[in-house]
Amino acid sequence: MLAYLGRRAFYALPIMLGVALFCFLLVHLAPGDPLVSVLPPDASVELQRQLMSLYGFDRSLPEQFVRWLWRALQGDLGTSIASGRPVTSEVTKAVGNTLMLAMFATAIGFVLGSLFGFVAGYFRDSWVDRAASALSVLGVSVPHYWLGMVLVIIFSAQLNWLPATGAGPGGSESWVWNWEHMRHLVLPAITMSVIPMGIIARTVRALVAEMLAQEFVVGLRAKGLTDLGVFLHVVKNCAPTALAVMGLQLGYLLGGSILIETVFSWPGTGFLLNSAIFQRDLPLLQGTILVLAMFFVLLNLLVDALQSSLDPRMSRG
Amino acid sequence: MAESVVSVPGSPAAAGPAPMPAGGAGYWAGVLRRLLRDPVAIGALLVIAALVVMAVFAPWLSPADPFASSMLKRLKPIGAEGYLLGSDELGRDMLSRLMLGARLSLFMGITPVIAAFVVGSTIGIVAGYAGGAVNSVIMRTIDVFYAFPSVLLAIALSGALGAGIGNALLSLTVVFVPQIARVAESVTTQVRTRDFVEAARASGAGALTIVRVHVLGNVLGPIFVYSTSLISVSMILASGLSFLGLGVKPPEPEWGLMLNTLRTAIYTQPWVAALPGAMIFITSISFNLLSDGLRSAMDVKR
Repeated sequence: MLAYLGRRAFYALPIMLGVALFCFLLVHLAPGDPLVSVLPPDASVELQRQLMSLYGFDRSLPEQFVRWLWRALQGDLGTSIASGRPVTSEVTKAVGNTLMLAMFATAIGFVLGSLFGFVAGYFRDSWVDRAASALSVLGVSVPHYWLGMVLVIIFSAQLNWLPATGAGPGGSESWVWNWEHMRHLVLPAITMSVIPMGIIARTVRALVAEMLAQEFVVGLRAKGLTDLGVFLHVVKNCAPTALAVMGLQLGYLLGGSILIETVFSWPGTGFLLNSAIFQRDLPLLQGTILVLAMFFVLLNLLVDALQSSLDPRMSRG
Repeated sequence: MAESVVSVPGSPAAAGPAPMPAGGAGYWAGVLRRLLRDPVAIGALLVIAALVVMAVFAPWLSPADPFASSMLKRLKPIGAEGYLLGSDELGRDMLSRLMLGARLSLFMGITPVIAAFVVGSTIGIVAGYAGGAVNSVIMRTIDVFYAFPSVLLAIALSGALGAGIGNALLSLTVVFVPQIARVAESVTTQVRTRDFVEAARASGAGALTIVRVHVLGNVLGPIFVYSTSLISVSMILASGLSFLGLGVKPPEPEWGLMLNTLRTAIYTQPWVAALPGAMIFITSISFNLLSDGLRSAMDVKR
């Protein structure tokens, strides 16, 4: 298994390098001067040149890439052009908030999704199955930013039960695990959970249906095993795949939270990306995307590790 | 990255159905026949047809000028006199704007998938047919794009390129090309080892001829079905970009953008504010159901 994981990690290295190259080139893809947001329009050529060399934009592209990568490896993602603060600290703070939201959402999605998927797979082609399938199609088809708005309309604007935006009185700086703060998590987490719920329900349904049709299950039943016993066997066989899907979904949510965070003004990476884009703060944009993508790659590795430890057949493949 | 992990419907790792035996016109007639026996697929098809008709004939069908604003008639409720679906924050008729908005929204959602279908199939078929080093180079590059969740990739690209319809379309195309190319590569690799391809090669046919005559007919079907399943995602993402201010610019009506500008109205006219999103939802779910129907109609084994 270790050899297998080593091989996977080795394969991930060129991908990570590619991701870094992509993030680096993103800044150079952008039209116009990268310093346009800090320089006044009437800045002297002298000042412009000075800033260009300060940010290193006057060197050749490969040289810039190597310098940037070397610093990134040491945890230095440069300085935000708009705020003047180090990108790394801005991103770390935001990633924490997004991670909290995404983990809650994945947990809700996993619990409800596997429940629906299980029931649907167990009672295949019954009305429960059809209802659960319809629900999962709704889950993957709904524009989640709109769902967020609708939930705000119902639970904040009309019923006044839950707050519409923000992360509580302490903001992101001083988060406390009390209801005063956690009620701010409810609506965005539910909104975010809809996609993983639909996908996990679909996966689990297919797995359970497939499992119940297997010969060994028929054999177990013939041997006189109770329904509970069969159920436990099915759970054990479905768990690795379901968990893997959950892990990948967490990764998708981390990277895909920008729209939901915008709706709820949640102080996470989406919020950071949004301000980076509209203030043309390219180092911040670059750094945030790099961190999120690396997180996704590492999460994939972790999922692989988890899955191969649960299912030894994996590591032989 | 995730190819060995899972194959889930709706996730990028899910390949289309396995290549089916070449059948020509008879096969497609069968697919159409099976599709038309599926009530859900027919319903979805009718909704999409209605949306397209609405989009094409919007200027003649709409009851009012979608650009005529009126400060006195702002945020009228649904069903107000002269405003069947209310009015927006600038007093423009919602129904007319939703109808005209179908044009840009559908265009922005469907175009990237068509473009990615052309580019992605080409890349995938070349990689799958060539095999060896060419395949490795292409597929490892594609793996890099898989390290970004779709939403992040779309926003990163259009954020760096800047707002605008062209940039949004380009970013979304780049999001879907790797996904389609991966499916195209996997079906092409399967077809390449089949006996009829071997036979054609043995009888002296050139690579181009084999691809044109023997490979395309067998791989385009599954790639097409997979691509149709992306339209729903593309609609949501395209409107999402406009929602963030990265796509269509005001005053042009587009559902995502309308949803954004109406966000300020959720306390005064909540249900008017929610309408554009409902349109995105209806469109996206119809494409999803149609794609599901198409997938099972093409699955000969069932």
